[in-house]
Amino acid sequence: MRRFVIGSARSLIERSRQNYQSQRPLISSSYRLLSSTPAADSPSSSSSTMAPPVALNTINPKVIECEYAVRGEIVTLAQKLQEEIKTKPDAHPFEEILYCNIGNPQSLGQHPITFFREVLALCDHPTILDKSETQGLFSADSIERAWKILDQIPGRATGAYSHSQGIKGLRDTIAAGIEARDGFPADPNDIFLTDGASPAVHMMMQLLIRSEKDGILCPIPQYPLYSASIALHGGTLVPYYLDEATGWGLEVSELKKQLETSRSKGITVRALVVINPGNPTGQVLAEENQKAIVEFCKQEGLVLLADEVYQENVYVPEKKFHSFKKVSRSMGYGEKDLSLVSFQSVSKGYYGECGKRGGYMEVTGFGADVREQIYKVASVNLCSNISGQILASLVMSPPKVGDESYESYSAERDGILSSLARRAKTLEDAFNNLEGVTCNKAEGAMYLFPRIDLPEKAIKAAEAEKKAPDAYYCQRLLTATGIVVVPGSGFGQVPGTWHFRCTILPQEEKIPAIVTRLTDFHKSFMDEFRG
Amino acid sequence: MGVKALDHESLNENVKKVQYAVRGELYLRASELQKEGKKIIFTNVGNPHALGQRPLTFPRQVVALCQAPFLLDDPNVGLLFPADAIARAKHYLSMTPGGLGAYSDSRGLPGIRKEVAEFIERRDGYSSDPELIFLTDGASKGVMQILNCIIRGQGDGVLVPVPQYPLYSATISLCGGSLVPYYLDESANWGLDVNNLRESVAQARFNGITVRAMVIINPGNPTGQCLSEANLREILNFCHQENLVLLGDEVYQQNIYQDERPFISARKILMDMGQPISKEVQLVSFHTVSKGYWGECGQRGGYFEMTNIPPQTVDEIYKISSISLSPNVPAQIFMGLMVNPPKPGDISYLQYVRESKGILESLRRRARIMTDGFNSCKNVVCNFTEGAMYSFPQIRLPPKAIEAAKDAGKVPDVFYCLKLLEATGISTVPGSGFGQKEGVFHLRTTILPAEEDMPEIMSSFKKFNDDFMEQYEDVKM
Repeated sequence: MRRFVIGSARSLIERSRQNYQSQRPLISSSYRLLSSTPAADSPSSSSSTMAPPVALNTINPKVIECEYAVRGEIVTLAQKLQEEIKTKPDAHPFEEILYCNIGNPQSLGQHPITFFREVLALCDHPTILDKSETQGLFSADSIERAWKILDQIPGRATGAYSHSQGIKGLRDTIAAGIEARDGFPADPNDIFLTDGASPAVHMMMQLLIRSEKDGILCPIPQYPLYSASIALHGGTLVPYYLDEATGWGLEVSELKKQLETSRSKGITVRALVVINPGNPTGQVLAEENQKAIVEFCKQEGLVLLADEVYQENVYVPEKKFHSFKKVSRSMGYGEKDLSLVSFQSVSKGYYGECGKRGGYMEVTGFGADVREQIYKVASVNLCSNISGQILASLVMSPPKVGDESYESYSAERDGILSSLARRAKTLEDAFNNLEGVTCNKAEGAMYLFPRIDLPEKAIKAAEAEKKAPDAYYCQRLLTATGIVVVPGSGFGQVPGTWHFRCTILPQEEKIPAIVTRLTDFHKSFMDEFRG
Repeated sequence: MGVKALDHESLNENVKKVQYAVRGELYLRASELQKEGKKIIFTNVGNPHALGQRPLTFPRQVVALCQAPFLLDDPNVGLLFPADAIARAKHYLSMTPGGLGAYSDSRGLPGIRKEVAEFIERRDGYSSDPELIFLTDGASKGVMQILNCIIRGQGDGVLVPVPQYPLYSATISLCGGSLVPYYLDESANWGLDVNNLRESVAQARFNGITVRAMVIINPGNPTGQCLSEANLREILNFCHQENLVLLGDEVYQQNIYQDERPFISARKILMDMGQPISKEVQLVSFHTVSKGYWGECGQRGGYFEMTNIPPQTVDEIYKISSISLSPNVPAQIFMGLMVNPPKPGDISYLQYVRESKGILESLRRRARIMTDGFNSCKNVVCNFTEGAMYSFPQIRLPPKAIEAAKDAGKVPDVFYCLKLLEATGISTVPGSGFGQKEGVFHLRTTILPAEEDMPEIMSSFKKFNDDFMEQYEDVKM
């Protein structure tokens, strides 16, 4: 199995272990005789020989080990170039940096859903609900929904810490939304509202990982929150490869193989992460596939961690999103059969509210004693931000047919989703037209993950600069065009293959220019390095 | 198939060890009773708005406008919002082209970090670098991030005051480190004696622990004491000698209820002390929008400021921040507004000052009412709440009460607090949740209930306490 460790980090980890082991305990009696005035020559032998407590070789080695490429090196370079253009507009052969590295729709011009923002604004400043002028500025149903939400909050105090799982009334709404989506009941007590889905993932890793002997099965390629979180918690990532040749298919046989291999190495595999729709790969799982995965987890006693944050982003008519909760319930499996944690977020979909940090996990299939532990960990941080909680409830119960805002809401929603589908197709075709590049369709999510066949010369040039070949390509792309993408090595890939992840999020009118710049760059790159 | 992955016995031990009494047994029992219809007064957590404190008007106006920027295009917006709120909303929206819905820089919006740096400079008289200020989803997340960087394993110890806010003990548990306690002196108004520090460090090192960091909470939680300048100098010298990074939890810096010891930041004193110490002692300072007179707990807004942390380490800390992408943007704006509030001459200035002063003066009065109220109770001794939001009275439990607690299978102060809850509906946190000297019992309550409710609450407490003492006291000679 592969651990995501930077080469130099290994030596740092070793050095810090050596530092740590060389300390000798001091004898206590020498300290009882000291007065309270600090002596300049205090007999603390440790301070003169030790590095400062917070230096690179003395901090937690797990921090050094973990990586997160989405906001990694290439982005730092992009920000530097962006600063340079600000002061000297002619500094580079492009006018602006186009951040295609991160699923951050509103930063690239996507508008928020008006109804959601109306409700949030009213909940932020409920004083105006009593004023007559408010009727003229806000839709009637947003005012009604704000009242309903505020009545669920003790004292209508949106500035107060809530219940550590989130406001009960909002969890009721979310549970009802889950039931409406799946056709199977959901319990509000199973829901934990969090500051985005990411903290919920961290919480589960913390619970599951006891030592590096605990393994978590993760897809390769994966969204690097998983590898980073596993490294931070001291566990082992057990990779399972998605099959690029079959549209990034997930085969249970591959799951079994990796499970057996890791077990033979003494790893206890605790959970399986499935990202559906996939990130960076964009595939939407077929229901039969999902049933096989559920069966696998049940048989092997694994927790199924279902990252479903892109559930509203499906662009192909032949596929539909099915939650793993629905699939497992439809198989007749209940609480006693399967431990399942489902993650949802307000950051993606058609709402794209990344900056709000709203999300939840629905935890089913484990005992009350474990639920207590999860609650306890959640309580140390008191609660997630209230505005994000409100937004999560709106996402799971948007305007319905007949509501005053329904038409404008559905027009906004459909506009965004159909545009995303068009951009996914346009960019997919553009990538497939490049020499030596193949790109699987983005059935869902927000990304394309094209594969480039880099010529030998290019790989050598990369090696000379001590860069991974795909990172080298991405850097060259950035400095030539201002387009920021993330090298495939940040997500994991079959060794010897190279990819990059590009979002489909730049506004539609910018797409033709992006395609042109990309195509021109690629042609000249291949001209330079072709065999 | 054997043990399932998420069975209790196979959970991470560090998780199982964690205790966080603030939302522990007492709170859960109080919630149960509330469901059954009993009126509960929640004084277990510093949560001002939950007890009727109103949000300040100006920040809510600004953030509402930022949430719904289409309002700014409406000609009638001036009917509902003052011009300075509108201008400020535009100012913050200009910092973030994607509005509130876009991930910001993982460290927070540069424009707001700049406002924080300017605030620190005005407060302390020394310049501050925005690049070393990271905004976080509440100060707690920042504390967890920094402790996670420092703690490598069980062999690493962190000096924590006793009594302490249990975020520290819980986080040290979760990170697998060791808590090294230093005792505050109740008889000296919870003062900090450097001798206690030295003893604690010596003891820890004798046990093979590498002491890496020291936490100070100033003003203190649950104890409320404000550190003097002399105290801060002693602490900084101590950290310098012992090679400790100082973690300064300063979230209550606006909550000061006496005039002898105003708030002074650890950073200011460090800079005052000049070189070499001002360039060598590593310091991380924490602040929040949850406390002070803002009390915006639900927004989850905070920051930490790093001093003398090497650039490569700052990069690693940045890397960890980037995994969570960004702190929530609305709270960042609350933070900007808090450090850069309305100025004299602004339309909203007078209202802002009136609201703020009203809250602070009332908190000062309530601190006094509560301290005096507790001191009037039998077997209760209470230090004055110099700052923060809590009262931490010592309850001198008679031996018979302690026995009764044992028989009920409960820690004595938990036993007392449960009986208090059941009799009066007042939900507190037992002192054992914060740490205390062996055999000495306390409870923590907040000073946050509305001023008009205070007399009744205190008399309700007094009645319960005096009856309890009557019930369990030995027959007098």
